[in-house]
Amino acid sequence: MTARIGVVTFPGSLDDRDTQRAIRVAGAEPVALWHKDKDLKQVDAVVLCGGFSYGDYLRAGAIARFSPVMEPLLEQAKAGLPVLGICNGFQILTEAHLLPGTMLRNDHLHFICRDQKLRVENAGTAWTTDYSAGQEIHIPLKNNDGQYVADAYTLDKLEAEGRVAFRYLDFNPNGSQRDIAGVSNEAGNVVGLMPHPEHAVEPLIGTGRTDGLPFFTSILKKLVNA
Amino acid sequence: MARVVVDVMLKPEILDPQGQAVQRALPRLGFDGISDVRQGKRFELEVDGPVDEAALARIHDLAESFLANTVIEDFSIRVEEVAEAAK
Repeated sequence: MTARIGVVTFPGSLDDRDTQRAIRVAGAEPVALWHKDKDLKQVDAVVLCGGFSYGDYLRAGAIARFSPVMEPLLEQAKAGLPVLGICNGFQILTEAHLLPGTMLRNDHLHFICRDQKLRVENAGTAWTTDYSAGQEIHIPLKNNDGQYVADAYTLDKLEAEGRVAFRYLDFNPNGSQRDIAGVSNEAGNVVGLMPHPEHAVEPLIGTGRTDGLPFFTSILKKLVNA
Repeated sequence: MARVVVDVMLKPEILDPQGQAVQRALPRLGFDGISDVRQGKRFELEVDGPVDEAALARIHDLAESFLANTVIEDFSIRVEEVAEAAK
């Protein structure tokens, strides 16, 4: 038996199909979840994918955060359910206070779409065990509101606890503080990042590398061996 | 009937690239002497019934949990009487 990984579709989600495909490529079973679902269909993990839920009205992720599906998700994530937030999914997780900090408009005010070099800083989270700490990877980055900010105390705490999971390398594409591309919660089951690993799981698409695939194989191994 | 206005502004220590872009455009348009621009949001809430302490407390909760993200934004709340003549 393989693991069942839910992918939530909100009005305005874009990458739900790609995320489902990435899960399938890794060998797990994707389960479509709808924003109005009041239960998580007993999935073993959840991915909140990229897009522009509710048109990014108010703030990116601010309205999606109050969707019915977020209620069981918040409760179960606090109890250890692995959750990955990619791009808009990361924004939703910060709005829901599952992850600290928030995202502002890119400092240069332009939408950005590029292959981005990252360093894996923490290979101990539920979603990163198939990487090694310090590994350099290339995955696509595409967003308008990607500038990670938090107060200095929070940033110091994140660094001290090893919760900066990914950092931008060579070039800071959006003004993120301390080059932060992704963070995790204290337990390491909830991870969020702006770049898109689901677009880099097959050699024919994205960066031409499969540097994003280990996200999905990491979680599969964790769930199957659990 | 009363209107409650909630103003949401980025905290002073948070960089506002949109406000900066507006400020940089001003000299080109012939507006001199404006050294800084910060951009925010204004919400106008039309409240049914009296705007008493309880109503304001609920609006405070709403602003704190939803209209503003207090990681990066401050908010202020004020009551605006809607003129009878305007009805």
